[in-house]
Amino acid sequence: MSFLCRSCGAAGLDEGAPCCLVPRRITHPELETLTLAHIDCDAFFAAIEKRDDPSLVAKPVIVGGGERGVVATACYVARAYGVRSAMPMVRALALCPTAVVKKPDLARYRAEGRMIRAMMETLTPQVQAVSIDEAYLDLAGCEALHGASAAAVLSRLQNRIEEERGLTVSVGLSHNKLLAKLASEADKPRGFAIIGRSEALAFLAERPLNALPGVGPAAVKALERAGFATVSALQSAEPTALGKALGERGLRLQAMALGRDERIVAPESGRKSLSSETTLPQDVAEKEALEDQLWLLCERISSRARAEQTAGRVVTLTLKDARFRVRTRQRTMSQATLLARRLFEESRQLLAAEADGRTRFRLIGLGLSDFATAAEADRGDLVDHETPKRAAAEAAIAEVRNRFGAAAMDTGRALKVRRRAKPGDSA
Amino acid sequence: MRLTIERAALFKALSHVQSVVERRNTIPILSNVLLTADPDRLRLSATDLDIEICEGVAAEVSRPGATSAPAQYLHDFVRKLPENAPVELEVKDGDQRLFLRGGAARLHLPVLPAADFPTMPTDGFENRFLIHPTELKRLLDKTRFAISTEETRYYLNGIFVHTVKGETGDMMLRAVATDGHRLALAEASAPDGSTGMPGVIIPRKTITELRRLLDDAADSVEIAVSPQKIRFAINDALVTSKLIDGSFPEYARVIPRGNPRELRVTNSLFLEAVDRVATVSAERSRSLRMALRDGALTLTVNNPDAGVATEDLACEYDQEAMEIGFNARYLMDVAGQIEGETAIFAFSDSGSPTLVRDDADPHALYVLMPLRV
Repeated sequence: MSFLCRSCGAAGLDEGAPCCLVPRRITHPELETLTLAHIDCDAFFAAIEKRDDPSLVAKPVIVGGGERGVVATACYVARAYGVRSAMPMVRALALCPTAVVKKPDLARYRAEGRMIRAMMETLTPQVQAVSIDEAYLDLAGCEALHGASAAAVLSRLQNRIEEERGLTVSVGLSHNKLLAKLASEADKPRGFAIIGRSEALAFLAERPLNALPGVGPAAVKALERAGFATVSALQSAEPTALGKALGERGLRLQAMALGRDERIVAPESGRKSLSSETTLPQDVAEKEALEDQLWLLCERISSRARAEQTAGRVVTLTLKDARFRVRTRQRTMSQATLLARRLFEESRQLLAAEADGRTRFRLIGLGLSDFATAAEADRGDLVDHETPKRAAAEAAIAEVRNRFGAAAMDTGRALKVRRRAKPGDSA
Repeated sequence: MRLTIERAALFKALSHVQSVVERRNTIPILSNVLLTADPDRLRLSATDLDIEICEGVAAEVSRPGATSAPAQYLHDFVRKLPENAPVELEVKDGDQRLFLRGGAARLHLPVLPAADFPTMPTDGFENRFLIHPTELKRLLDKTRFAISTEETRYYLNGIFVHTVKGETGDMMLRAVATDGHRLALAEASAPDGSTGMPGVIIPRKTITELRRLLDDAADSVEIAVSPQKIRFAINDALVTSKLIDGSFPEYARVIPRGNPRELRVTNSLFLEAVDRVATVSAERSRSLRMALRDGALTLTVNNPDAGVATEDLACEYDQEAMEIGFNARYLMDVAGQIEGETAIFAFSDSGSPTLVRDDADPHALYVLMPLRV
């Protein structure tokens, strides 16, 4: 059977002879032929924090927002205490009181994600990023170019990321996206798992139902009620019976259970929206206070839009109330914008219709979409002579911040909010 | 309340008032029409709290009274009644229902007390004047297409009407609408009593309602203006509307004066040509390029997703050659309002507002913001 040594890169037929001092060998009958991979960074945010502050290496680290926020990422030490992503911070700290909590620095993580993606893109143009820290790669047809199998190329990439970026990733290799993703989850962290055509059914049969993408607690319940308590039950289900019990969805689930997935790796066609949100330290009902938070979001989106020289025509406001009900409100502007001031003017009107002074909100978010180029934005019109002036002013502020740092210049409102948010303040 | 009324007259009045009734209402009584039986006529009234339309119809009233009943059902039922049948309407004392009989058809509808029906106060109208319906129609039609639908600049969601001293020194009643990309202005000699009225922004929905009623208007329309409201008396109907509470922009400064490059083109041919080349224009920008040189105008729409359409037109132009882009839809809107044979364009350069005039109407003008092409 073919083998590949993840340590030294040796490959060939496994005849028992050693290849290096610390061999990490993978053997698989389809090692040479599988080309579709899913790569996922291990505890990405936490790993970056540990890399950049070695004193944290042995400590449980949780990356997440404020007292009221949720866990974005927990390192493997913290996970040993039972801490999981998306868990409320209070709960996480109860489980792991010694944890070091880091506020997420998304700009830094995003930059790191981009560097890793750039490494992937040197191997194949078929790279589809699905989030900041995971991507699908299709290496079909690249074997001759690299003079090695896809598995060998991926193993090299994994080592290179570890050496150059100080971060570990897990690789899943298979023949479709579904199985590649399941494979990368199967051997984490720093793993390399292969699911071949011959073993896909057996592999899936052993998984719990919620291992299938899109199957959460509610879907598990529905499946159990319909008499399909395991993946293998789904595999052998009579399609008509399944269709009757669960409709179209049941048939899609069965296709997944059988390891069928026709989706192709589609390199990203460009971002479609910019968004940012804040979970408030306490639930807020007062419109003024919500507007203050909204202003910070507008500034954040504006500065990201400026960095990418893009602008948008559609503003979307998201609010989550104290009972976790989400409302989104949208408005299309007559002209695209990237200005914080215009974003604010539009979104505060959306907010005014929702903030009745009684409903308490726990989260506020803002999105900008339907992109246009920065050159097309904020040009004013027959009766709007203010926007071009405002555009010049905000461009000047951005320039000052570029040169002297973000704190060099601030608006009164932002200053007020930031002061109030300082720890120890009684607000 | 008890009365007999001609079916046709009732139906006409009902269709006039019921169109302001919103289809969905959180306040139940706003779905109703208010019926008031005076000794010799029936008054019908409906409102959405911003606009109120009230109309009186001759009726044989045997017992005066008032009630309110669902506008939509009443309207639709009366519409389906046989042509010439007289219609009886009755609310018995203490009954919560309106009884309607037309021929052999009978209808009972639930009513709500007339006293609860919201009405607009009628006070505060300081300026009153008469205007001929044709003149009012002209002012509205030549400007309403430019009304903005943008929610943020709510003060552009209507037509700004005010009096101003015209170029000849006479007082003019002027209507202006703009959405920021185009502006339309039309004026008429100021009717007696209009001078000094406050400048008012009449909301789009009011314009639509008004415009429907104006088609049947026979006599002069009386307009009464207060700083918050406007009222139109058209035949037997009374339209009262709130005004948009905002200040209309200083529009005069965006009307270009002395743009040097003049183009004269046969309007009907221009409109048809724009319509033809716009067939392939992109849904969003509808961008159209006008290329001008000595005596010739070339219209081009180039849409990479669809194709390229071009048309040459003879024109009067003797200035330096230039190219300028416009939204084809906007050009057609403007050309559609020009009644004379010739449309006159005055350009400055390809980035500045362009003035368009009608050679047959010195009292209307249009401003178009060019697109980058």
